[in-house]
Amino acid sequence: MTSPRNRESLSRRRFLGAAGMAGAGLAASATGARAGAPDPLITEVQDWNRYLGEGVDKRPYGMPSRHEKHVMRRDVSWLTASPESSVNFTPLHELDGIITPSGLCFERHHGGIADIEPANHRLMIHGLVEKPLVFTMEDIRRMPRQNRVYFLECAANSGMEWRGAQLNGCQFTHGMVHNVMYTGVPLKALLEEAGVKPTAKWLMLEGADSSGMNRSLPLEKALGDVLIAFAMNGEALRPEQGYPLRAVIPGWEGNLWVKWLRRIEVGDKPWMAREETSKYTDLLADGRSRRFTFIMDAKSVVTNPSPQAPLKHKGRNVLSGLAWSGRGTIKRVDVTLDGGKNWQSARIDGPVLDKSLTRFYVDFDWAGQELLIQSRAMDSTGYVQPTKDELRKVRGVNSIYHNNGIQTWLVRANGETENVEIA
Amino acid sequence: MSRSPKLALLAGFAALAVVAAGPLIAQPQKQAQPKPVPHAAGQPAHAKLNLGRLALPEEIKAWDIDVRPDGMGLPPGKGTVKQGDELFQTQCASCHGEFGQGNGRWPVLAGGQGSLTSDRPEKTIGSFWPDLSTVYDYIRRAMPYGNAQSLSPDEIYALTAYLLYLNDIVKDEEFELSDKNFTSVKLPNAAAFYDDDRETTEKAFWGKEPCMKDCKAEVKITGRAAVLDVTPDSKTAPKVD
Repeated sequence: MTSPRNRESLSRRRFLGAAGMAGAGLAASATGARAGAPDPLITEVQDWNRYLGEGVDKRPYGMPSRHEKHVMRRDVSWLTASPESSVNFTPLHELDGIITPSGLCFERHHGGIADIEPANHRLMIHGLVEKPLVFTMEDIRRMPRQNRVYFLECAANSGMEWRGAQLNGCQFTHGMVHNVMYTGVPLKALLEEAGVKPTAKWLMLEGADSSGMNRSLPLEKALGDVLIAFAMNGEALRPEQGYPLRAVIPGWEGNLWVKWLRRIEVGDKPWMAREETSKYTDLLADGRSRRFTFIMDAKSVVTNPSPQAPLKHKGRNVLSGLAWSGRGTIKRVDVTLDGGKNWQSARIDGPVLDKSLTRFYVDFDWAGQELLIQSRAMDSTGYVQPTKDELRKVRGVNSIYHNNGIQTWLVRANGETENVEIA
Repeated sequence: MSRSPKLALLAGFAALAVVAAGPLIAQPQKQAQPKPVPHAAGQPAHAKLNLGRLALPEEIKAWDIDVRPDGMGLPPGKGTVKQGDELFQTQCASCHGEFGQGNGRWPVLAGGQGSLTSDRPEKTIGSFWPDLSTVYDYIRRAMPYGNAQSLSPDEIYALTAYLLYLNDIVKDEEFELSDKNFTSVKLPNAAAFYDDDRETTEKAFWGKEPCMKDCKAEVKITGRAAVLDVTPDSKTAPKVD
């Protein structure tokens, strides 16, 4: 039994899969009869209107509607050798507001998802401290806690685009970012319990997963806004986000946010771990490399329209996107529809929080003409998101990480949208 | 609520009482008695909470596996290139190739010298990594893939020695790497790293007022992702039941 609604979503998906079917998008997008024959969805009593729905306990831990099955994290299988050390991407084009649903926060693991019973988890702090300590989850939940909304972006987000437009979909070009409310205790509180010695300058954070993920963190940041979190979006951390305990390093590259956090060593020098030497260093054109490039610069992307979310209607439309900065808050976002000839400041709506995703909109009329859409973020430090070419001039094309250049979407006359570069 | 001076006083008193009633763990740092004043909104006061317990030396030893460039954390032990070759073939070659050349998309561990300024930089231990300690540290914590922390210190010294040999950093198959000579080995690309300097070298990205009107006369499309056709499409999307 295929309901008219199902038929409609099928035809929409067929359109998405059929690149090059000129005009098909607009034809298939008509949602119900506008004139002429009455809409049977209105004139006939529907099943859901007549028969009882499911009872209260059918979904004791709820899931999204079954009609939202296409909204999912997706990987790019050719990127990595194995799914246990890989990444998938948040479907940014299916989301709105600033909070990423917990089940859609992109995943990046180095040795698979560790499965840890909270009662069996331990956090050790040792090294240059007065008193090496072991905490249980019960201990941590007895400490003063804080709630903060932060974005988490992988330093390699947009890394496939350094040499040019490569992937069709903001899910793939920009989906290594998510934004949730974390609940946890300040790392400062834990360090004060152990008593950091005056010679201490760096910390090493280590995970309990099979990669023993480790990174060095400057003490100054550790005593600032770093949280040790056990909850996100009001629920326990998801396993793929480090259940039962993870580090939250606001504004800094995601690789530092060690998941399944089990050990913090305090020292006087950085450790030069694999993740901060062979990876997450930025190779520049002269063959030298920047290291400890922790901060994520201001960046933005138009999520709708975008290749997986084409324009379907002439007339009124809502352009929507996300902006963020690891250095502070988003002050302004400009949007162009004509490839950078003219810009307008977007309407920012929703909370504008420190080191958090910020939502922007442009409400506009579309007559079916070709559009070249870009967005440009400015943050509270006065940083202006550069073009990809401006970035390449300074950094070359080999750095993999920290590509925060301006993204361009081409909307064709039939509404199909693709990832392009312009000059 | 916390603005009420009476309640704040009570809360402060309760915090003091907890400190006083926590005799199980010695307090090495005698702190001045905190004044019972309300703390800033959202900033909990965290004087000693007496949470957590002392980590025992055996526990620290069991978990303290990290190795630093200055040799801190290196366990006593040794291993030769030859021993490392044998181990590498059984433990590592299925992913990394017999000579560290890499299989499929698994990491290449050797070669790549002189490639860092090319279109296809090959970032190996020999061509890119700045510190040998990283090799030891990473093998010790994460390798072999899927059977982490199963190798002995001697085996890791031997594997590290073999990787030096594959990268032409040592030439002698009899070379023995140990905790004694470890820090004398330097990797070729060590000097090519410098700390983040974006705030100076990319200063131009700050403080400009971007153009808003008639910013360019012409716009040209110079590249298209659709031409490459490497985007996963709905046909290859994972199935969700």
